[in-house]
Amino acid sequence: MLSRVASNLCWLGRYLERAENTARLINVNSNLLLDLPKSIVLGWEPIIDIVSDRTTYYANYEIADERSVLGFLLAGPNNPSSIVDSLEYARENARTIREIIPREAWEQINELYIYGDENRQKALFRRSRYDFLTEVIQSVQKITGILAGTMTHDEGYHFLKIGRNLERADMTTRIIDVRSASLLPETETEQSAFENLQWMSVLKSLTAYQMYRREVRLRIRRSDVLKFLLLEERFPRSLLHSLQEVSKCVQTLPNYEAALKEIEDVEKMLMNANPQTLIQDKLHQFIDDVQLGIHQVFNQLEETYF
Amino acid sequence: MPIDWNKYDTGPFYDELVKNPGEPRAYAKDLCDYIQDLSDAELQEYKAAAESAIKVMGITFRVYNDEEGSIDRVWPFDIVPRLIELKEWQQIEKGLKQRVKALNMFIDDLYNEQKIIEDGIFPQDLLTHSKNFLPECKGFSPPLGIWAHICGSDLVRDQTGTVYVLEDNLRVPSGVSYMLENRHVMKRVFPEMFSKYDILPVDNYPSDLYDMLATLSPRDIPEPEIVVLTPGIYNSAYFEHAYLAQQMGAELVVGDDLVVDDDNCVYMRTINGLSRVDVIYRRIDDAFIDPEVFNPESTLGVTGLMRAWKAGNVALANAPGSGVADDKVVYSYVPQIIEYYLNEKPLLSNVPTYRCVNPEEKEYVLANIEKMVVKPANESGGYGMLIGPHASAKEHEEFRQLIKDDPRNYVAQPMLLLSTAPTIVGNEVEGRHLDLRPFILSGQDVRVTMGGLTRVALVKGSTVVNSSQGGGSKDTWIVDMEGS
Repeated sequence: MLSRVASNLCWLGRYLERAENTARLINVNSNLLLDLPKSIVLGWEPIIDIVSDRTTYYANYEIADERSVLGFLLAGPNNPSSIVDSLEYARENARTIREIIPREAWEQINELYIYGDENRQKALFRRSRYDFLTEVIQSVQKITGILAGTMTHDEGYHFLKIGRNLERADMTTRIIDVRSASLLPETETEQSAFENLQWMSVLKSLTAYQMYRREVRLRIRRSDVLKFLLLEERFPRSLLHSLQEVSKCVQTLPNYEAALKEIEDVEKMLMNANPQTLIQDKLHQFIDDVQLGIHQVFNQLEETYF
Repeated sequence: MPIDWNKYDTGPFYDELVKNPGEPRAYAKDLCDYIQDLSDAELQEYKAAAESAIKVMGITFRVYNDEEGSIDRVWPFDIVPRLIELKEWQQIEKGLKQRVKALNMFIDDLYNEQKIIEDGIFPQDLLTHSKNFLPECKGFSPPLGIWAHICGSDLVRDQTGTVYVLEDNLRVPSGVSYMLENRHVMKRVFPEMFSKYDILPVDNYPSDLYDMLATLSPRDIPEPEIVVLTPGIYNSAYFEHAYLAQQMGAELVVGDDLVVDDDNCVYMRTINGLSRVDVIYRRIDDAFIDPEVFNPESTLGVTGLMRAWKAGNVALANAPGSGVADDKVVYSYVPQIIEYYLNEKPLLSNVPTYRCVNPEEKEYVLANIEKMVVKPANESGGYGMLIGPHASAKEHEEFRQLIKDDPRNYVAQPMLLLSTAPTIVGNEVEGRHLDLRPFILSGQDVRVTMGGLTRVALVKGSTVVNSSQGGGSKDTWIVDMEGS
């Protein structure tokens, strides 16, 4: 496997996952806003914090109203993580390795890029937004399925999975970080209903609500949610599961020792964390450390293989 | 209104499917009947289905222009196929094999003993001024003495129905992937038409190409490492490079993926470290393949590639220097070249060609320029040509000057009345001019594609079929009528 091809497959996995996650995020936020009382002004700024940073955003937009933030998340400008940009990069990556991935997968990726490019306006309107985002999510799922079912599970496939799972781990940490910040000042009285709502939305942002419910039948509590999202190794979007996937894939590659060590460091960090004691400030610090660890894993992969 | 073949005007041209208005050629009758039975809505539906299939399949090519740099364009395609009877095709195939065999012997001779020059058949002077002759290859002979492993020759038909070879592309001919994809699209869109005919399949080209390349491997191993070397995604034929690599199961590489080591062997950079390469199907022009020997500015090639090739440690297809026969002036000598090396009469006709390098022929061209097609010796893609009858007096004058300044670089041919084939225009069919590019593979044996790529000038009256100049294409069916 050529180094350049390995790198392209890894990024293809990342960009597809990024487009899907961003689409899910917008959907969840739209729903959450409909549920919150008028007194709580949540708005769209937290989403900017998750996928980018406010400085970049305000360099291009004056206000963070729904329309502007959505425009930014969908197609930029200056947001390389936007859905349309991610799909375009995914397609470019697929194009440079067309001979490696199954033809069917290339056609789906190409079709999804064309769809995103031609229908970007759709997501700006509440009425057609859901359809657009669902199409993006389902198309990425379809591509993932085609690749899983028709591509030889060789080194190339493992690089693709590594990219997907590193991106997923990265996104999970971002969502936990931003979404776990309390919506209300601590002094308020009865807020449990909204507290509940807030943690539900954290779960939903990660498509974890239903699975969490099956697993944890109690009222939704912060520490249980954190434990589930960080450590539930059977749930495919939890941090630990994503890292274990990367770990499995890396061990099929030549000279994997250095990369494996980096992954194990992050896994240890997770295992030693106690969700009970991770209150807001500590949680933020902890998530920062984990993100740094994920970056180091990626750097080590680049060092060894690309 | 469904299509009415009685209204189809063939004009002064030979039409590939229709003999006279309302009278299709015998082998095209079923097809014409089928098309006639389609309603307007069905016709548009098929057209849209084909376009959508092409878009989704990502069949594209890049076009360079001044305003936009380069853009990826969807491959323009016409849904009416072009038919050729197998009987006729078999004769053409023989002619192509003969031609390519002789051309390969000619190239090998030029780089070695130059007997053809000694015997006074080919002028020394022409070789001295040949842009594509590489002195670096003198005294070298690649395995089997074959230089142009892949050749794409352009065929046209005039108003009498005679088939001519218009030019031979022996450097990096492209278009074969579109031939394969056109068939894919037709099968997706028109499966019912395939039941009416015995259409010979074209799909075995990638395996033939692989087999041919594998025989060139310097190492005698069961699975030689074959790679396709591309300039990258911005090249107009990138789609084809990726497509062929995929179909052959070969690695698609760019220059940076390869390295020539101290042992003069070529390696590729893989996740396991360096890995030896045996055969390179290169889609980069000679000038750019090795900055050590040719254009030092090139970032597309591989430093030391020529060293490795001459040491016999890697095979290159086509061999560097093959382009010497890819010259419009050399073209005019092909009939003599065939007779000289094979002692046979040419089976395919050459278009009569005036060489401006000869003073009396030059005078004739200058005097009759408005009736002729003038071509530069070494351009491809239809660039730099003058089509006399379609050009202005000012352009005629410009070309007269160009010819006077550099007569060796120009040839001229009488304007052929190219054949046409019915092409969908709105809800009607109209005749459009076309050519055919078959591909000839030369290894242990010589193989020709079953048909080739039919390129069609989509603009009414135009004869420029190059995709870079707004041409489109059609699926080409070699039909066996003997069985039916």
